[in-house]
Amino acid sequence: MALKGFAGFAIRKVGAACITVFAIVCANFVIFRLVPGDPLRMMFKDPRVSAEQMQLVRERFGLDKPLGEQFLHYLRELAHGNLGISFWQKRPALDVIADRVPQTLLLIVTALIIAVILGTILGAIAGWKMGTRTDSVILTIALSLYSIPAFCMGIILMLIFAFQLSIFPLGGISTAASGFTGFEYWKDVAWHMFLPALCVVFWYGGEYVLLTRSAMVDALGQDYIITARAKGLKESAILKNHALRNALLPVVTITGVNLAFAVAGIIEVETVFSWPGIGRLVYDAVMKRDYPVLQATFLVFAVAIVLANLVVDLIYGYIDPRIKVGGEE
Amino acid sequence: MALLEVRNLKIYYFTREGVVKAVDGISFSVSEDETLGLIGESGCGKTTAVFSILRFVVPPGRIVGGEIIFEGRDIIPLSDEEMRLLRGEGIAMVFQGAQNALNPVMTVGKQISEVILEHESITKEEAWERAKSQLELVGIGSERVNSYPHEFSGGMKQRVMVAIATACNPRLLIMDEPVTGLDVIVQRQLLALTNSLREKMRLPIIFITHDLSVIAETCDNVAVMYAGKIVEKGDTVSLYKDPLHPYSKGLIGSYPSVRGEKKELKSIPGAPPRLINPPVGCRFYPRCPYAMDICEIEEPELKNVGDNRLVACHLIK
Ligand SMILES: Nc1ncnc2c1ncn2[C@@H]1O[C@H](COP(=O)(O)OP(=O)(O)O)[C@@H](O)[C@H]1O
Ligand SMILES: [Mg+2]
Repeated sequence: MALKGFAGFAIRKVGAACITVFAIVCANFVIFRLVPGDPLRMMFKDPRVSAEQMQLVRERFGLDKPLGEQFLHYLRELAHGNLGISFWQKRPALDVIADRVPQTLLLIVTALIIAVILGTILGAIAGWKMGTRTDSVILTIALSLYSIPAFCMGIILMLIFAFQLSIFPLGGISTAASGFTGFEYWKDVAWHMFLPALCVVFWYGGEYVLLTRSAMVDALGQDYIITARAKGLKESAILKNHALRNALLPVVTITGVNLAFAVAGIIEVETVFSWPGIGRLVYDAVMKRDYPVLQATFLVFAVAIVLANLVVDLIYGYIDPRIKVGGEE
Repeated sequence: MALLEVRNLKIYYFTREGVVKAVDGISFSVSEDETLGLIGESGCGKTTAVFSILRFVVPPGRIVGGEIIFEGRDIIPLSDEEMRLLRGEGIAMVFQGAQNALNPVMTVGKQISEVILEHESITKEEAWERAKSQLELVGIGSERVNSYPHEFSGGMKQRVMVAIATACNPRLLIMDEPVTGLDVIVQRQLLALTNSLREKMRLPIIFITHDLSVIAETCDNVAVMYAGKIVEKGDTVSLYKDPLHPYSKGLIGSYPSVRGEKKELKSIPGAPPRLINPPVGCRFYPRCPYAMDICEIEEPELKNVGDNRLVACHLIK
């Protein structure tokens, strides 16, 4: 029965995710028609381009058609994986993005895993030791790290460790023309990644400390903790099996929401450290008024967040037995 | 020697507003085959008193005096580790308000077997089987071993709590208002369960309630608590038939004016005093229909009036 309940829950969530993605696809179309300015003007800044030539291009891109038709065209092309041609690089926007995805994933996944693990552990300890010195030290550090914007933190780290102390490179993903291969190459990448990853770890980890700490304090005040104590369990078992397992529920929920904010962090960090990922691409595309690439990155980001939220929801439904029966308890 | 002997126990809460004398010098004992009822209105210090038996009093609360002698040794000076080993194994407790007393993300089977695994050296499989038989014992049925607490009603959750508390065959069970907040039918069933456990396992129980009819059904002896003190003690039958202290009379609803309807619980006018600055003399004095001048000045002692009856009242000579 539990599985049937969970399957139903999963189907509802997947359905909701599909609807969300479709809404995003529509919004993405509308937003780029609403922004002021004619993309063609951006494309051809040269005054010698004649009106006829402009018209030709307009027809070629289907921009002369009514909006409804343009929308259907957009959907059709989207279904074929065509998100337009980059104005700047003159090749499919999706290819431009695909080139950047691995670097972003490498940075963000590594940093997030470290941040979540460290943040949760430190937050749990702080909550467990609420009111002690340990708690105030962890809380103070986490609060400071969390309140410094990612780009600011990036610049500070860069100034100290790259500029002053020169222990880490100023930016990029690998040493140019070094000819490193295999292990040497990955060591070089890791060295380049250290500061941007640290920046994400600080920012995200700080947040996880705060989240886990308050969830932990909340869980520790619940009656089932007294029951666990009355059983004569060891403190470590109470912490792990009772307090933490309940405290992680709200932490998991918030993770989905936070991923949306992580996008902003990615753009900032990658820009500061010239990390050749999607975040940096967004910055460059804005500078170059590269509408198709922007539109495509928006879509990729949005779909990624919806998918991540779906995964988070499913995990939540799996770890909280109350969910399977249907909605809130 | 009694199984549990509490002597002149004092537990105060040191709050910002002042010192709350929640338990102020109480003494009682529980023998090997006794069920002791502890009765009194809400806020009289019942929970505080029994929490101290598991050494669960946490700041701002502190045990400021007295002895709690369980099986011949005082538990107050025990180390945390010694105390931990005693909890669940020697002394177990069913808490007030079972609605949230179970971990919502753990199966009941796990929550029962957990305590057995902690105190006995047996395998997980054996503990799981024991969890199932515990569920049978409390009348839930072993097939529910994989259920989560939210799948149970309030009464069933409380049964699970009983299953957990009795899982390691403790030598003393404390039940703090186990039936408060449950509907009458469920209350009856739980009381029947308590009685059957008492007979089957020969389990000494301290049973807390503010409902005297519940005590009549389960307990051998009763201690009546008022404002941090025990005001009367005796065996259930005689105390129920002939309460001596005006507060006991009030609880049983046998003030002269309502003598005709003895079984019905009457509420006593007024409320228990704040325990920060309790009345100097008898603490019940402001609400007592029989109050005399001396009651305001001098605190009555708990006197033995024969037949194992103890009462603290200036009316009783
Ligand atoms: N944590 C606490 N801090 C301060 N006062 C408390 C605390 N817990 C209980 N008290 C006070 O101690 C008194 C006894 O409470 P309690 O033992 O819960 O009584 P009962 O179980 O009889 O209802 C009450 O006056 C209550 O306000
Ligand atoms: Mg109570």
